[in-house]
Amino acid sequence: MFLDLIILILLVIAALWTVMTRSLLRASLGLALVSAILTLIMFNMDASLAAVFELSVCAGLIPVLFISVISLTQPLTFKEAVEHMRSRMARFWELPLIVLILGVILVLLSAKFKAKLPALETQASARFVLWHLRQLDLLGQIIILFGGVFGVAVLFKERKKRG
Amino acid sequence: MHALLILVPFLGSFILNLPFRKVNKRLSFGVCAALFLLQMAVILIPDFGLNKINPAALANIFNFDLGVDALSKVMLFCIGLVALVTLCTNSLFLKDSDDKFNFINVLLIAVSGMNGIVLAKDIFSLYVFLEITAVASFILIAFNREELGLEGAFKYILLSSIATVLMIAGIALFFLVSGSTHFAAIHSALLAQDKSLLINLAIALFVSALFIKGGLMPFHGWLPDAYSSAPAASSVFLAGIVTKAAGVYVLIRILVSIAGFSLTLKSVLLFVGAFSAIIGAIAALTQTDFKRMLSYSSISQIGYIILGVGTGTVLGLAGAALHIFNHAVFKSLLFMNSAAVEKALGTRDISKMGGLGSQMPVTGLTSVLGSLSCAGIPPLAGFWSKLIIIIALWSAGFKTYAVIAILGSVLTLAYFLSLQRSVFFGKLNAEFKNIKEAGFSLLFPMILLGVITLGVGIFLPLVLDKFILSFNAVLGG
Repeated sequence: MFLDLIILILLVIAALWTVMTRSLLRASLGLALVSAILTLIMFNMDASLAAVFELSVCAGLIPVLFISVISLTQPLTFKEAVEHMRSRMARFWELPLIVLILGVILVLLSAKFKAKLPALETQASARFVLWHLRQLDLLGQIIILFGGVFGVAVLFKERKKRG
Repeated sequence: MHALLILVPFLGSFILNLPFRKVNKRLSFGVCAALFLLQMAVILIPDFGLNKINPAALANIFNFDLGVDALSKVMLFCIGLVALVTLCTNSLFLKDSDDKFNFINVLLIAVSGMNGIVLAKDIFSLYVFLEITAVASFILIAFNREELGLEGAFKYILLSSIATVLMIAGIALFFLVSGSTHFAAIHSALLAQDKSLLINLAIALFVSALFIKGGLMPFHGWLPDAYSSAPAASSVFLAGIVTKAAGVYVLIRILVSIAGFSLTLKSVLLFVGAFSAIIGAIAALTQTDFKRMLSYSSISQIGYIILGVGTGTVLGLAGAALHIFNHAVFKSLLFMNSAAVEKALGTRDISKMGGLGSQMPVTGLTSVLGSLSCAGIPPLAGFWSKLIIIIALWSAGFKTYAVIAILGSVLTLAYFLSLQRSVFFGKLNAEFKNIKEAGFSLLFPMILLGVITLGVGIFLPLVLDKFILSFNAVLGG
């Protein structure tokens, strides 16, 4: 219980840092950190398959995609970045407070729901789950990745100068 | 066979990007147009050759759980039709061959995503395909990389993300209750635990997310900016089908296949529908930008569709589906009209226009057809779908909402008459005396959509017989 609480607090801190940090690059690293902590939670909850995917895709592949996009953009100067961060701090100072209040509400509500995840009917292998049970989702994920990469290429790649 | 509707557009986009791009670029328009025409033919003609293909080898590799009913067929046909006219619009507006080619690729990905939404029988798969459609839509809105387009895409991303969070939370709760993500399993679990707080919360989260995706008031913040700032072809596609597939269709599917129509849910749907229909129409009345007026008009018309759905009856659902089809046709047509006018004049400001009907007769005539159909004037297609929705509301005992729907129609007529008078009638501005009609690639789809609007209206008995009978099956009647 104590460990769960520590991990959850770390998750919230990493998430807040991700949205409040001044640099896009740091934000994408923060996102990877959030995913890595989430992976720990998933392993802790015996969802090893989901954990492996979280680690490989969300903590691995997605930040790489983000960083490749960021490398194609014009970075802010140090002065602009500091100014941007200050204005964001002034606008969103209440964000940690909201997260805290929501957390308390959810903890109180969870006692009321008393829901328990039904036991899985089969302990199917990852291969079976992906290729037989969730084949359509797998195709969907491939299309999303293809679409995302294509979108980056279309929107961020410098277009040819037209004579 | 249905798996091909998802696989072929995606593989088409993939193959077009393999080596020999020069050849692929030349072929892309034709291949893409043929694909969309085939999709329409497969749905429209049950005896069409491709419908009999059931390749065993393919079925062994791809074990997708997909389903088709009357509602899915309407959607699949609309997707094919709107994608085809978008393709034609794109060929006129983008000059650069690379841009044209890239647009076609994104269009194929979007079509694959929407076909997946329509065919999925599992709530998580449905969510995955919603995201594919959303990703493709962001790219389409920001395609020209202009400031307004990027801003519109950013607003869409932000509100779409909120919808995603709500949806994922709803899916998690459905899974918690039923232990499955399949429509039928969730439906059975819901029947067994009817009054559960968790179930009501899951339904509320999911429906709220779909209100955002559908652009209903007061969740419409992204829609006018996204529609009006997107490139012409993207506006046609977004307004014609994307919002309906990603918002309205999914809402109907969730209600019909999972949640059912409780009295509370009906009340919420009817209120949101009526609110969108009236406020959307009033907002449209105050606009001076051609595309923004059409955007608010879309919000109003989606309100009508939700009013039909909110009755929870076969007649209401059939009216809603017919209005989805009609709205896909006449709103695509009107956005093409606005694109043609903007291309000719270089502005979308209605106050600077006037008398364009003499210079652009086809655009003017088809615009009148689209506007009158949208306002529900007989014998055009829009009249029948609105009439069915109003009859469904009245016969289900929601008489106040039926009266509101009639009032909304009067407001629709008011803003479209004002638009027609300001743009196509009256005295021609001397500045525009040399403007010419749009090119053939825009005129052809305009005429096609105009003929469909007129044809469906005149030959409605043929369409309606199939419609009403089929929708009995959708509701399990």
